[in-house]
Amino acid sequence: MSTTGFGILSFGAYLPRARLQRAAIHAANAWFAPGLKALAKGERAVRNWDEDSITMGVEAARDCLGGFERSAVAQLVLASTTLPFGDRHNAGVVANALQLPSALRALDLAGGQRAGSSALAAALQQGGADGHTLIVAADARKAKAASVQEMQYGDGAAALLVGHGEPLAKLLAAHSETVDFVHQYRMHDRAHDYAWEERWVRDEGYLKIVPRAVAALLAEARVDAGAVAHFCMPGTLSRIQAAVAKRCGLPDESVRDNLGGVCGDTGVAHPLLLLAATLEDAKPGDRILLAAFGEGCDALLFEVTPAIAKASGRRGVKGALGRRREDGNYMRCLAFNGLLDMERGMRAEPDKPTPLSVLYRNRDMVQGLVGGRCRSCGTVQYPRQRYCVNPECNALDSQDDYAFSERSGTLMSYTADALTYSPDPPTYFGMVAFDGGGRMLLDFTEVEPGKIDVGLPVRMVFRIKDQDPLRGFQRYFWKATPA
Amino acid sequence: MATGIKDKVVILGMGCSKFGERWDCNAQDLMVEAFEEALADAGIERKQIDAAWLGTALEEQHLGKSAVPLAMTLRLPYIPVTRVENYCATGTEALRGAVYAVASGAADIALALGVEKLKDTGYGGLPQRGRGALNDLFWPNLSAPGSFAQLAAAYRAKHGANKADLKRAMAHISVKSHDNGAKNPKAHLRNRITEDDVLRAPMIAEPLGLYDCCGVSDGSACAIVTTPDIARGLGKKDLVAVKALQVAVSNGQELQFDQWDGSYFATTRIAAARAYKEAGITRPREQVSLVDVHDCFSVTELVTMEDLQLSPEGTAIRDVLDGFYDAGGPVPCQIDGGLKCFGHPIGASGLRMVYEMVLQLQGRAGQRQLKAPTWGVTHNLGGFPSQNVAAISVIGAYGA
Repeated sequence: MSTTGFGILSFGAYLPRARLQRAAIHAANAWFAPGLKALAKGERAVRNWDEDSITMGVEAARDCLGGFERSAVAQLVLASTTLPFGDRHNAGVVANALQLPSALRALDLAGGQRAGSSALAAALQQGGADGHTLIVAADARKAKAASVQEMQYGDGAAALLVGHGEPLAKLLAAHSETVDFVHQYRMHDRAHDYAWEERWVRDEGYLKIVPRAVAALLAEARVDAGAVAHFCMPGTLSRIQAAVAKRCGLPDESVRDNLGGVCGDTGVAHPLLLLAATLEDAKPGDRILLAAFGEGCDALLFEVTPAIAKASGRRGVKGALGRRREDGNYMRCLAFNGLLDMERGMRAEPDKPTPLSVLYRNRDMVQGLVGGRCRSCGTVQYPRQRYCVNPECNALDSQDDYAFSERSGTLMSYTADALTYSPDPPTYFGMVAFDGGGRMLLDFTEVEPGKIDVGLPVRMVFRIKDQDPLRGFQRYFWKATPA
Repeated sequence: MATGIKDKVVILGMGCSKFGERWDCNAQDLMVEAFEEALADAGIERKQIDAAWLGTALEEQHLGKSAVPLAMTLRLPYIPVTRVENYCATGTEALRGAVYAVASGAADIALALGVEKLKDTGYGGLPQRGRGALNDLFWPNLSAPGSFAQLAAAYRAKHGANKADLKRAMAHISVKSHDNGAKNPKAHLRNRITEDDVLRAPMIAEPLGLYDCCGVSDGSACAIVTTPDIARGLGKKDLVAVKALQVAVSNGQELQFDQWDGSYFATTRIAAARAYKEAGITRPREQVSLVDVHDCFSVTELVTMEDLQLSPEGTAIRDVLDGFYDAGGPVPCQIDGGLKCFGHPIGASGLRMVYEMVLQLQGRAGQRQLKAPTWGVTHNLGGFPSQNVAAISVIGAYGA
């Protein structure tokens, strides 16, 4: 098998660090919904207050793009049913954060659980003549208190880079079925999903629609079901993966865990997340069958290449799963998801307008964390002002763009500020000195109390900076987080 | 070569309102209170004032913009009146305007008044406001204690100080200021506290607890300045002169250039060096009689002792714990209670410091009077450790 070709060049994953314990959900709701006890095992990845599908998508994309030229990305697809903006190109925010070139075809894709898998199938079938396609899938679905979804959903993102190069996996075939079988739905003006009875979903949905798609796929690829090494399929119904595999004639041992126990079902991200997790374990020559169910089914068959052995350096799904903090604070999770009307105090009252003209002029500086490097004296600085900050230089308009987002740093100073308003007090912030020069006074996120001091290594993450409830806007910036 | 301000301008009169939670009055009433005292102290009539400066920082909180509120409130007779604002160093900036006007000969008698009415926000602490359309997009959502708490972490790291020693020195600073404030009838906080009270107080911004933070107060202070000749002509004796008045403003080096380590105020060091030179002070630790510094937070006072060349670098913790800056020590600091206990009505604070210097130098400081002080230094700071305005004055007997 030749090493060059067209296929999946890279993958990346992101899960929020907090893992809400399902036992905590059950403990809080047992008085009302004792039946949840059956689901009260394991944990779900839950977003921080400053995370959404855009920020998680950016993190998965950064993981995926490690070692790749970002200028080679010609198309970006952001797939999610929980895009924060109904009218604003959400993918455009991701592109700006990643500093992708403006000569970019970018698409927001929503409308169902298969948004990510359909985007992947389309990119692989397009052929990638004009450059790489970056597919980012992310979801942060809300669930009502004491609902089954609250137990099953998780927040997360996955990204895949498709193009010509040394693919880790090549597509053998793809087949999609589109059937208006509505097992759950959410209209635009609603916060939460409405679901139909599980037994009907299993018998009439999964067990009929997926096998039809898989059969067509295997026939097209001329691959025997028995030759599939890995079968990945999201789905929260009990033992649904094994039941579908059996119905399709796939080997029992090919059935991959759906990661429900360790992170929950991450919605649109989940098919890609399961594929990424499988690629981490796969050997050259393995055949991976990915099936994504939802008003039909996407079925994709891959063959893993020898290049998989060289695929390293990313955090991936294993890294994301390992990077965790057990969270038993159910109340905080409710508050972050707007289910608790907290008294936020007067310090939450100040207006937070975002002048869009200012944001536009400074979009690379703010959303891309781009500063400057002086051509005269070499000083690296942020923000990039007209005059160089070096007192021995002070040259005018002497700076080239200098991106800080992928640079690590160390803390010079910090505090835990309990006075200023934060949805998750206290607010940690301080001065960061970047490796290679430059410094910034920055908000921190994901700090563990007592585990912070001067000298702590940090990396940058793209997060929600402020929310503007008056105008229904939120703005993004970068924060430092323990490396 | 500039000749400096030394002995060109004297204080003709000073006034200061009672600081505190002045639920009884508006900003205008506070201004009148300080002005009446200053006018009586100066022994002049308002029509003798040639020019005036108003210092107020948070105009949206009380008076609104411009100098009109000063002219309206004091019924100033259509003279030039200017409003200045430079963060918490606003009071000293107002004084600088008046002093420079007299020194230049443009005015015979000039007035500086600072005022702030902070207790109408509905909560403790300073109000949080936007910081500019662009800054708001990337600045941390910090509070004042949060930004000054950064000093503690950086100071510890630089000098290898342990948390407990630093916290104890900070506690000593607050206990000392409460002891001093208790003796000051105009002070906002007049209760004594113990080191234990400080150490056990709720945390505001690690490691700053409640008692590491200064009072947020309503108040006003006022200075009337003139030339030594005019003062003598008005029958004044024991003239107190401005020996130096210096301001240094950050230009971004602390925040953006890789040199500053976060443990001190670059501006204070520069302004202090200039002020000592202007005044002719060569050995501050030996020569300065008393100092009133911008102790918005205990840790600010601690590092400022080094920035003002009073404690050698890295020794402020020891000096503080040894009582070097206590009322009975070699260089009493915050003898009037400081921002910590006299209170911190932002625009008034720089002028309030000078008020205390004049009282001390003229032997009018009552219970807290020090023995024969000669040089008083005020240090008024605005902003954040990484970007700020430092304003320093040296006050002393005229001709000394």
